[in-house]
Amino acid sequence: MSEAYVAGVGMLKIGRYPARDPVDLGAEAALQALDDAGLGMRDVQLVVCGNLLQAMNMIGQRILQQIGQTGIPVINVTNACATGSTAFRQCVTAVRAGEVDVALAIGVEQMGKMGLLGGGGGSGIRTEGVIGSSLMPAVFAQAGMEHMRRYGTTREQFARVAVKNHAHSTRNPLSQYQVETPLEQVLAARMVAYPNTLLMCCPTGDGAAAAVVVSAAKARQLGARVRVRAAVLSSDPWSERDLVLPDVNTLTRSAAAQAYEMAGVGPEDLDLVELHDCFATAELLHYENLGLCGEGEAGRLIDAGETALGGRIPVNVSGGLLSKGHPLGATGVANVYEIVQHLRAQAGARQVEGARVGLAHVIGLGSACTVTILGV
Amino acid sequence: MAEVAPARRRVPIVPFLRLPDDGEPYLVAQRCTACGATYLGRRRACGRCLGRGPFEEIGLSRRGVLYVWSIVHQSLPGVAVPYVVGIVDLPEGVSVRCNLVDVEPDPARLRFGMPVELTTAISQQDREGNDVVAFAFRPVRD
Repeated sequence: MSEAYVAGVGMLKIGRYPARDPVDLGAEAALQALDDAGLGMRDVQLVVCGNLLQAMNMIGQRILQQIGQTGIPVINVTNACATGSTAFRQCVTAVRAGEVDVALAIGVEQMGKMGLLGGGGGSGIRTEGVIGSSLMPAVFAQAGMEHMRRYGTTREQFARVAVKNHAHSTRNPLSQYQVETPLEQVLAARMVAYPNTLLMCCPTGDGAAAAVVVSAAKARQLGARVRVRAAVLSSDPWSERDLVLPDVNTLTRSAAAQAYEMAGVGPEDLDLVELHDCFATAELLHYENLGLCGEGEAGRLIDAGETALGGRIPVNVSGGLLSKGHPLGATGVANVYEIVQHLRAQAGARQVEGARVGLAHVIGLGSACTVTILGV
Repeated sequence: MAEVAPARRRVPIVPFLRLPDDGEPYLVAQRCTACGATYLGRRRACGRCLGRGPFEEIGLSRRGVLYVWSIVHQSLPGVAVPYVVGIVDLPEGVSVRCNLVDVEPDPARLRFGMPVELTTAISQQDREGNDVVAFAFRPVRD
């Protein structure tokens, strides 16, 4: 199997673009990534486009109508919040299989202000808020409460995740929000679903990101050094309460174990991690799921500042989903963008010094999980 | 000649809630006879052991324990907040996602492992005008 490399990346600042559409956002990110790689649409042999809310509208092909209709295969993918990272992985798979030398992954989403609350039910019988909640705020609140139940994790420890990630975002010009939020402010913010306050929930926003994945031969030609050491996708296996409280832990552990094995590294070898902090509670669970600390030690890890920029293992130096934003289909590719910036020493004020290996993790509820390890 | 109004029925909010005419409402589950995994709702094959069954329907206890909870302060338009939600573990080895009622939406009133029991109430009318009966759990009082 051929190795796959990331030769170029592009990303728009996450935010609100009411005057534009997802095709336009995706096209801009795609051209950025091609320029970054030193390639053009003539070189691209496969496009995989991730988008959730317009999944029926052939968005990949419509992007090519904007940037070059060369007749190549286009695949549109949707996989909940792991949509973008699934698109990236499909490009890696095609390159590794030797089917193509150059593949372009695009992730794009235009969410508006309602986000996932905008959907309507089909049966006419309302169940939300009547027989529990299957909305993301309640799901991740209860996932955090499970950690609290097992290990005595505190509301303050969860809140410190938001403090850290909002602080990180002030160093990232592409972050939707770039405002520090002290602990008192996080705790005093409006409650959304206990224990997560508004500042402990990711915002809605529009965004687009793209990555050019190339073969080893093409990488040598282009001088591209960032190698895809692992790109793993898992779904939720049977576990005790998964069908009523989605188990975000088991499938992350499975994907992480496969990725570490594939990359030949362990969590101790990572220089930075971008993980799926859709809610502050989620980040602490994933410290343990990704092996960044032992079981029940996540609270101590955040208290000790080990996951802050400058700490032992910086997590979400981009600002994370909590502050950088979470445009569903774009998120997984935006993570790749972030890791690539650090591995190329181009991350500016938030650079993790000397970064050589980075991990990106995404969860899509329902459930899908990707773990990607990049290295130089 | 007198008009005959269509009978207004009581319909369960989910298929796994049973509303007997002559007894208390209860939940039912499908149990895999091969491995014992228990599901709310039908399965073609078992998610755990992959066996094709057969599945046996079992009635579930009305009492269980609260595994985890949250208080929801923001929801869909038209849903009154705050409300308490939780996951209840039942002794038959199956867990239920539910609202918790008859308890203040206050973290001090909720604790992991507290005993709870099934209760039902009419939650809404469906498109045909039938009463939709929902289930919830509430703290055991005795």
